Amino acid sequence: MRHRQAIALLALVGLFVALYMWLHALGFGGAIKCGASGGCETVQTSQWAVFLGFPVAFYGVVGYLAILIIALVALRASALAQRDWNLLLLLLATMGVVFTAYLTYVELFLIHAICRWCAGSAVIISLIWIVSLLSLRSPAIRTDPGVSQPLRGPPA
Amino acid sequence: MNRFYVMVGVLAVVLGIGVLALLKTGGGSAPAAAAGAPPTVVDDSFRGYTLGQGSAPVEIVEYLDFECPVCATFATIQMPTIKDQLINTGKARWRLRDYPLPIHKYARFAAHAAQCAGAQGRYFEMQDQLFSHHQWAQTGKDPSNLFRDLARAAGVDVKAYDGCMEAGRFAGRIEYSRQEGDQRLVDGTPTFYATGKKLFTNFRRLPNSDDFKSLVDSIIAHSPPQPRTRPTHH
Repeated sequence: MRHRQAIALLALVGLFVALYMWLHALGFGGAIKCGASGGCETVQTSQWAVFLGFPVAFYGVVGYLAILIIALVALRASALAQRDWNLLLLLLATMGVVFTAYLTYVELFLIHAICRWCAGSAVIISLIWIVSLLSLRSPAIRTDPGVSQPLRGPPA
Repeated sequence: MNRFYVMVGVLAVVLGIGVLALLKTGGGSAPAAAAGAPPTVVDDSFRGYTLGQGSAPVEIVEYLDFECPVCATFATIQMPTIKDQLINTGKARWRLRDYPLPIHKYARFAAHAAQCAGAQGRYFEMQDQLFSHHQWAQTGKDPSNLFRDLARAAGVDVKAYDGCMEAGRFAGRIEYSRQEGDQRLVDGTPTFYATGKKLFTNFRRLPNSDDFKSLVDSIIAHSPPQPRTRPTHH
Protein backbone atom coordinates (compact mmCIF):
# COMPACT_ATOMS: atom_id res chain seq x y z
CA MET A 1 0.00 0.00 0.00
CA ARG A 2 2.84 2.35 0.90
CA HIS A 3 4.35 1.84 -2.55
CA ARG A 4 1.13 2.78 -4.31
CA GLN A 5 0.72 5.84 -2.10
CA ALA A 6 4.26 6.94 -2.89
CA ILE A 7 3.64 6.41 -6.61
CA ALA A 8 0.42 8.45 -6.44
CA LEU A 9 2.17 11.37 -4.71
CA LEU A 10 5.11 11.32 -7.11
CA ALA A 11 2.76 11.15 -10.10
CA LEU A 12 0.83 14.13 -8.75
CA VAL A 13 4.00 16.23 -8.55
CA GLY A 14 5.08 15.04 -12.02
CA LEU A 15 1.65 15.88 -13.37
CA PHE A 16 1.96 19.53 -12.33
CA VAL A 17 5.52 19.80 -13.67
CA ALA A 18 4.34 18.48 -17.05
CA LEU A 19 1.22 20.65 -16.88
CA TYR A 20 3.33 23.80 -16.43
CA MET A 21 5.52 22.87 -19.39
CA TRP A 22 2.49 22.03 -21.52
CA LEU A 23 0.64 25.25 -20.72
CA HIS A 24 3.80 27.18 -21.52
CA ALA A 25 4.12 25.34 -24.83
CA LEU A 26 0.51 26.33 -25.60
CA GLY A 27 1.42 29.99 -25.09
CA PHE A 28 0.10 30.62 -21.57
CA GLY A 29 2.18 32.82 -19.30
CA GLY A 30 5.35 34.67 -20.15
CA ALA A 31 8.86 33.37 -20.53
CA ILE A 32 9.50 30.09 -18.77
CA LYS A 33 11.04 30.20 -15.28
CA CYS A 34 14.22 28.26 -15.65
CA GLY A 35 16.85 29.59 -13.26
CA ALA A 36 20.02 31.48 -14.10
CA SER A 37 21.58 28.77 -16.24
CA GLY A 38 18.68 28.83 -18.74
CA GLY A 39 18.19 26.07 -21.28
CA CYS A 40 14.41 25.60 -21.01
CA GLU A 41 13.52 27.95 -23.86
CA THR A 42 16.17 26.35 -26.05
CA VAL A 43 14.69 22.93 -25.41
CA GLN A 44 11.06 24.10 -25.64
CA THR A 45 11.61 25.84 -28.98
CA SER A 46 13.75 23.14 -30.56
CA GLN A 47 12.43 20.88 -33.31
CA TRP A 48 12.32 18.01 -30.80
CA ALA A 49 9.84 19.83 -28.54
CA VAL A 50 6.98 18.45 -30.63
CA PHE A 51 6.42 14.70 -30.94
CA LEU A 52 3.80 13.29 -33.33
CA GLY A 53 2.11 16.65 -33.57
CA PHE A 54 1.83 17.36 -29.84
CA PRO A 55 4.18 19.20 -27.46
CA VAL A 56 6.35 16.67 -25.61
CA ALA A 57 4.97 17.91 -22.28
CA PHE A 58 1.49 16.79 -23.35
CA TYR A 59 2.66 13.17 -23.22
CA GLY A 60 3.99 13.87 -19.74
CA VAL A 61 0.58 15.14 -18.63
CA VAL A 62 -1.18 12.08 -20.06
CA GLY A 63 1.39 9.67 -18.63
CA TYR A 64 1.44 11.10 -15.11
CA LEU A 65 -2.35 11.37 -15.08
CA ALA A 66 -2.66 7.71 -16.08
CA ILE A 67 -0.20 6.64 -13.36
CA LEU A 68 -1.98 8.80 -10.76
CA ILE A 69 -5.43 7.42 -11.60
CA ILE A 70 -4.24 3.82 -11.63
CA ALA A 71 -2.35 4.26 -8.35
CA LEU A 72 -5.48 5.74 -6.72
CA VAL A 73 -7.70 2.98 -8.10
CA ALA A 74 -5.19 0.40 -6.84
CA LEU A 75 -5.47 1.93 -3.37
CA ARG A 76 -9.13 0.99 -3.03
CA ALA A 77 -9.65 -1.61 -0.32
CA SER A 78 -10.89 -4.18 -2.83
CA ALA A 79 -7.79 -3.72 -5.03
CA LEU A 80 -5.11 -3.77 -2.35
CA ALA A 81 -4.53 -7.51 -2.52
CA GLN A 82 -4.48 -7.59 -6.33
CA ARG A 83 -0.88 -7.59 -7.49
CA ASP A 84 -1.67 -7.02 -11.16
CA TRP A 85 -1.97 -3.30 -10.43
CA ASN A 86 1.73 -3.27 -9.50
CA LEU A 87 2.56 -4.79 -12.88
CA LEU A 88 0.44 -2.22 -14.68
CA LEU A 89 2.12 0.62 -12.78
CA LEU A 90 5.55 -0.81 -13.59
CA LEU A 91 4.60 -1.06 -17.27
CA LEU A 92 3.50 2.59 -17.40
CA ALA A 93 6.56 3.74 -15.44
CA THR A 94 8.84 1.79 -17.81
CA MET A 95 7.24 3.48 -20.82
CA GLY A 96 7.80 6.83 -19.10
CA VAL A 97 11.43 6.04 -18.29
CA VAL A 98 12.16 4.96 -21.87
CA PHE A 99 10.56 8.13 -23.29
CA THR A 100 12.43 10.26 -20.74
CA ALA A 101 15.72 8.55 -21.60
CA TYR A 102 15.15 9.42 -25.28
CA LEU A 103 14.36 13.06 -24.38
CA THR A 104 17.41 13.33 -22.12
CA TYR A 105 19.59 11.97 -24.94
CA VAL A 106 18.12 14.61 -27.28
CA GLU A 107 18.81 17.36 -24.74
CA LEU A 108 22.38 16.30 -24.07
CA PHE A 109 23.57 15.32 -27.52
CA LEU A 110 21.36 17.07 -30.07
CA ILE A 111 20.11 20.28 -28.48
CA HIS A 112 23.10 20.66 -26.12
CA ALA A 113 20.92 22.28 -23.47
CA ILE A 114 19.33 21.01 -20.30
CA CYS A 115 15.93 22.10 -19.12
CA ARG A 116 15.60 21.95 -15.33
CA TRP A 117 11.91 21.12 -15.46
CA CYS A 118 12.65 18.21 -17.81
CA ALA A 119 15.42 17.04 -15.48
CA GLY A 120 12.97 17.26 -12.56
CA SER A 121 10.45 15.18 -14.46
CA ALA A 122 13.17 12.65 -15.30
CA VAL A 123 13.96 12.27 -11.59
CA ILE A 124 10.25 11.84 -10.72
CA ILE A 125 9.55 9.18 -13.36
CA SER A 126 12.74 7.34 -12.36
CA LEU A 127 11.61 7.32 -8.72
CA ILE A 128 8.17 6.05 -9.77
CA TRP A 129 9.84 3.28 -11.75
CA ILE A 130 12.05 2.28 -8.79
CA VAL A 131 9.10 2.28 -6.35
CA SER A 132 6.91 0.28 -8.75
CA LEU A 133 9.75 -2.23 -9.15
CA LEU A 134 10.07 -2.51 -5.35
CA SER A 135 6.31 -3.02 -5.06
CA LEU A 136 6.62 -6.22 -7.08
CA ARG A 137 9.05 -7.62 -4.50
CA SER A 138 6.98 -6.72 -1.46
CA PRO A 139 4.74 -9.40 0.09
CA ALA A 140 1.06 -9.37 -0.86
CA ILE A 141 -1.33 -7.71 1.53
CA ARG A 142 -3.79 -10.08 3.16
CA THR A 143 -7.34 -8.73 3.30
CA ASP A 144 -8.70 -11.71 5.23
CA PRO A 145 -6.84 -11.69 8.54
CA GLY A 146 -7.20 -14.86 10.56
CA VAL A 147 -7.98 -17.05 7.60
CA SER A 148 -4.90 -18.69 6.19
CA GLN A 149 -4.75 -20.54 2.93
CA PRO A 150 -4.00 -24.26 3.31
CA LEU A 151 -0.51 -25.07 2.16
CA ARG A 152 -0.46 -27.09 -1.00
CA GLY A 153 2.05 -29.81 -1.25
CA PRO A 154 3.70 -30.94 -4.42
CA PRO A 155 1.55 -33.15 -6.65
CA ALA A 156 1.89 -36.76 -5.79
CA MET B 1 -6.28 5.98 4.40
CA ASN B 2 -8.44 9.09 4.68
CA ARG B 3 -5.45 11.07 5.84
CA PHE B 4 -3.68 10.06 2.64
CA TYR B 5 -6.47 11.40 0.41
CA VAL B 6 -6.47 14.67 2.36
CA MET B 7 -2.72 14.87 1.75
CA VAL B 8 -3.25 14.27 -2.00
CA GLY B 9 -5.91 16.99 -2.10
CA VAL B 10 -3.79 19.53 -0.24
CA LEU B 11 -0.75 18.76 -2.41
CA ALA B 12 -2.84 19.15 -5.58
CA VAL B 13 -4.12 22.55 -4.43
CA VAL B 14 -0.61 23.75 -3.47
CA LEU B 15 0.89 22.57 -6.77
CA GLY B 16 -1.99 24.10 -8.74
CA ILE B 17 -1.45 27.47 -7.07
CA GLY B 18 2.29 27.13 -7.75
CA VAL B 19 1.74 26.51 -11.47
CA LEU B 20 -0.67 29.45 -11.73
CA ALA B 21 1.84 31.70 -9.96
CA LEU B 22 4.62 30.56 -12.31
CA LEU B 23 2.48 31.25 -15.37
CA LYS B 24 1.46 34.65 -14.07
CA THR B 25 4.93 35.82 -13.11
CA GLY B 26 6.79 34.37 -16.08
CA GLY B 27 9.82 36.61 -16.20
CA GLY B 28 11.73 38.16 -19.04
CA SER B 29 10.77 40.97 -21.33
CA ALA B 30 12.42 42.37 -24.38
CA PRO B 31 14.26 45.58 -23.43
CA ALA B 32 12.49 48.43 -25.22
CA ALA B 33 15.79 49.98 -26.25
CA ALA B 34 16.67 46.90 -28.30
CA ALA B 35 13.16 45.98 -29.45
CA GLY B 36 12.00 49.29 -30.88
CA ALA B 37 13.11 51.93 -33.34
CA PRO B 38 15.58 54.43 -31.83
CA PRO B 39 14.76 58.15 -31.60
CA THR B 40 17.81 59.02 -33.67
CA VAL B 41 19.54 57.26 -36.55
CA VAL B 42 23.24 56.80 -36.23
CA ASP B 43 25.71 56.19 -39.00
CA ASP B 44 28.58 54.51 -37.23
CA SER B 45 30.13 53.72 -40.64
CA PHE B 46 29.31 50.04 -40.12
CA ARG B 47 28.11 48.43 -43.34
CA GLY B 48 27.31 44.88 -42.29
CA TYR B 49 29.17 41.73 -41.35
CA THR B 50 30.74 39.93 -44.28
CA LEU B 51 31.55 36.35 -45.12
CA GLY B 52 34.36 35.64 -47.56
CA GLN B 53 37.55 37.20 -48.80
CA GLY B 54 37.90 40.93 -49.33
CA SER B 55 39.45 40.18 -52.73
CA ALA B 56 36.44 38.19 -53.99
CA PRO B 57 35.39 39.54 -57.42
CA VAL B 58 31.65 39.57 -56.59
CA GLU B 59 29.91 40.96 -53.56
CA ILE B 60 26.35 39.90 -52.75
CA VAL B 61 24.46 42.10 -50.32
CA GLU B 62 21.56 40.47 -48.51
CA TYR B 63 18.92 42.45 -46.63
CA LEU B 64 17.42 40.14 -44.06
CA ASP B 65 14.88 40.01 -41.28
CA PHE B 66 15.57 37.49 -38.52
CA GLU B 67 11.89 36.81 -37.92
CA CYS B 68 11.19 36.12 -41.61
CA PRO B 69 10.69 32.37 -42.21
CA VAL B 70 11.95 32.62 -45.81
CA CYS B 71 15.20 34.18 -44.55
CA ALA B 72 15.55 31.29 -42.09
CA THR B 73 14.94 28.73 -44.84
CA PHE B 74 17.46 30.44 -47.10
CA ALA B 75 20.06 30.62 -44.32
CA THR B 76 19.70 27.02 -43.21
CA ILE B 77 19.15 25.30 -46.56
CA GLN B 78 20.80 27.35 -49.32
CA MET B 79 23.65 29.10 -47.52
CA PRO B 80 25.70 25.99 -46.65
CA THR B 81 25.98 25.16 -50.37
CA ILE B 82 26.62 28.79 -51.30
CA LYS B 83 29.43 28.88 -48.73
CA ASP B 84 30.98 25.76 -50.25
CA GLN B 85 30.60 26.79 -53.88
CA LEU B 86 31.12 30.53 -53.85
CA ILE B 87 32.36 31.96 -50.58
CA ASN B 88 35.01 29.44 -49.58
CA THR B 89 36.27 29.29 -53.18
CA GLY B 90 36.94 33.03 -53.14
CA LYS B 91 34.41 33.81 -55.90
CA ALA B 92 31.97 35.79 -53.79
CA ARG B 93 31.76 37.78 -50.59
CA TRP B 94 28.48 37.97 -48.70
CA ARG B 95 27.41 41.13 -46.87
CA LEU B 96 24.51 40.99 -44.42
CA ARG B 97 22.35 44.05 -43.79
CA ASP B 98 19.43 44.33 -41.41
CA TYR B 99 16.00 45.09 -42.74
CA PRO B 100 13.56 44.38 -39.87
CA LEU B 101 10.05 44.45 -41.26
CA PRO B 102 7.45 46.39 -39.25
CA ILE B 103 5.05 43.42 -39.34
CA HIS B 104 7.51 41.35 -37.31
CA LYS B 105 7.29 42.14 -33.61
CA TYR B 106 10.71 40.83 -32.58
CA ALA B 107 12.70 41.26 -35.82
CA ARG B 108 14.49 44.35 -34.57
CA PHE B 109 15.13 42.70 -31.21
CA ALA B 110 16.63 39.64 -32.93
CA ALA B 111 18.78 41.85 -35.17
CA HIS B 112 19.99 43.60 -32.03
CA ALA B 113 20.79 40.30 -30.34
CA ALA B 114 22.90 39.34 -33.37
CA GLN B 115 24.67 42.70 -33.29
CA CYS B 116 25.40 42.36 -29.57
CA ALA B 117 26.86 38.91 -30.26
CA GLY B 118 28.78 40.46 -33.15
CA ALA B 119 30.35 42.94 -30.74
CA GLN B 120 31.96 39.89 -29.15
CA GLY B 121 32.97 38.40 -32.51
CA ARG B 122 30.06 35.93 -32.54
CA TYR B 123 27.70 37.41 -35.12
CA PHE B 124 27.58 34.40 -37.42
CA GLU B 125 27.32 31.92 -34.52
CA MET B 126 24.36 33.91 -33.18
CA GLN B 127 22.80 34.13 -36.63
CA ASP B 128 23.03 30.33 -36.88
CA GLN B 129 21.34 29.97 -33.50
CA LEU B 130 18.53 32.41 -34.34
CA PHE B 131 17.77 30.72 -37.64
CA SER B 132 18.17 27.11 -36.53
CA HIS B 133 15.83 27.62 -33.52
CA HIS B 134 13.36 29.58 -35.56
CA GLN B 135 10.25 28.33 -33.78
CA TRP B 136 10.49 31.47 -31.64
CA ALA B 137 9.28 33.42 -34.66
CA GLN B 138 6.05 31.44 -34.81
CA THR B 139 5.02 31.50 -31.18
CA GLY B 140 4.71 35.29 -30.82
CA LYS B 141 6.05 34.91 -27.28
CA ASP B 142 8.66 37.20 -25.81
CA PRO B 143 11.95 35.60 -26.89
CA SER B 144 14.28 37.51 -24.55
CA ASN B 145 15.11 34.51 -22.35
CA LEU B 146 15.52 32.25 -25.36
CA PHE B 147 17.87 34.72 -27.02
CA ARG B 148 20.01 34.77 -23.87
CA ASP B 149 20.20 30.97 -24.07
CA LEU B 150 21.05 31.15 -27.77
CA ALA B 151 23.70 33.79 -27.10
CA ARG B 152 25.20 31.52 -24.46
CA ALA B 153 25.16 28.61 -26.93
CA ALA B 154 26.85 30.87 -29.49
CA GLY B 155 29.73 31.41 -27.07
CA VAL B 156 28.72 34.93 -26.08
CA ASP B 157 29.47 36.35 -22.63
CA VAL B 158 25.91 36.77 -21.37
CA LYS B 159 26.64 39.54 -18.88
CA ALA B 160 28.09 41.79 -21.58
CA TYR B 161 25.27 40.73 -23.89
CA ASP B 162 22.66 41.77 -21.29
CA GLY B 163 24.28 45.18 -20.91
CA CYS B 164 24.36 45.64 -24.69
CA MET B 165 20.69 44.68 -25.04
CA GLU B 166 19.51 46.82 -22.12
CA ALA B 167 21.34 49.84 -23.53
CA GLY B 168 20.06 49.25 -27.06
CA ARG B 169 23.63 49.86 -28.16
CA PHE B 170 23.08 49.00 -31.83
CA ALA B 171 19.48 50.21 -32.30
CA GLY B 172 20.70 53.20 -34.31
CA ARG B 173 22.89 51.02 -36.51
CA ILE B 174 19.98 48.70 -37.30
CA GLU B 175 17.68 51.59 -38.15
CA TYR B 176 20.37 53.09 -40.39
CA SER B 177 20.57 49.77 -42.24
CA ARG B 178 16.78 49.63 -42.60
CA GLN B 179 16.64 53.16 -44.01
CA GLU B 180 19.45 52.28 -46.39
CA GLY B 181 17.30 49.36 -47.52
CA ASP B 182 14.38 51.73 -48.11
CA GLN B 183 16.57 53.90 -50.29
CA ARG B 184 17.62 50.86 -52.30
CA LEU B 185 13.96 49.91 -52.72
CA VAL B 186 14.05 46.75 -50.64
CA ASP B 187 10.46 45.53 -50.70
CA GLY B 188 10.71 42.29 -48.75
CA THR B 189 13.18 39.90 -47.23
CA PRO B 190 15.49 38.45 -48.20
CA THR B 191 16.43 40.90 -50.96
CA PHE B 192 19.77 40.53 -52.72
CA TYR B 193 22.00 42.93 -54.60
CA ALA B 194 25.15 42.46 -56.67
CA THR B 195 27.12 45.04 -58.59
CA GLY B 196 24.61 47.63 -57.40
CA LYS B 197 21.60 45.90 -58.93
CA LYS B 198 18.67 44.21 -57.25
CA LEU B 199 18.70 40.50 -58.07
CA PHE B 200 16.02 38.00 -59.07
CA THR B 201 13.34 40.68 -59.45
CA ASN B 202 11.36 38.48 -61.83
CA PHE B 203 11.53 35.42 -59.58
CA ARG B 204 8.36 34.10 -58.04
CA ARG B 205 10.33 31.80 -55.75
CA LEU B 206 13.23 31.92 -53.34
CA PRO B 207 16.53 31.85 -55.26
CA ASN B 208 18.64 28.80 -54.54
CA SER B 209 22.34 28.04 -54.52
CA ASP B 210 22.30 27.15 -58.25
CA ASP B 211 20.84 30.56 -59.08
CA PHE B 212 23.65 32.25 -57.19
CA LYS B 213 26.30 30.05 -58.77
CA SER B 214 25.05 30.89 -62.27
CA LEU B 215 24.86 34.57 -61.39
CA VAL B 216 28.36 34.78 -59.88
CA ASP B 217 29.92 32.74 -62.70
CA SER B 218 28.20 34.99 -65.22
CA ILE B 219 29.39 38.19 -63.53
CA ILE B 220 32.95 36.86 -63.36
CA ALA B 221 32.83 35.73 -67.01
CA HIS B 222 31.60 39.14 -68.18
CA SER B 223 33.93 41.17 -66.01
CA PRO B 224 36.82 42.84 -67.77
CA PRO B 225 40.07 41.12 -66.88
CA GLN B 226 41.88 42.71 -64.01
CA PRO B 227 44.72 44.88 -65.30
CA ARG B 228 48.03 43.35 -64.51
CA THR B 229 50.41 45.59 -62.68
CA ARG B 230 53.55 46.01 -64.70
CA PRO B 231 56.82 45.86 -62.97
CA THR B 232 58.28 49.30 -62.81
CA HIS B 233 61.75 49.95 -64.13
CA HIS B 234 63.89 52.63 -62.84
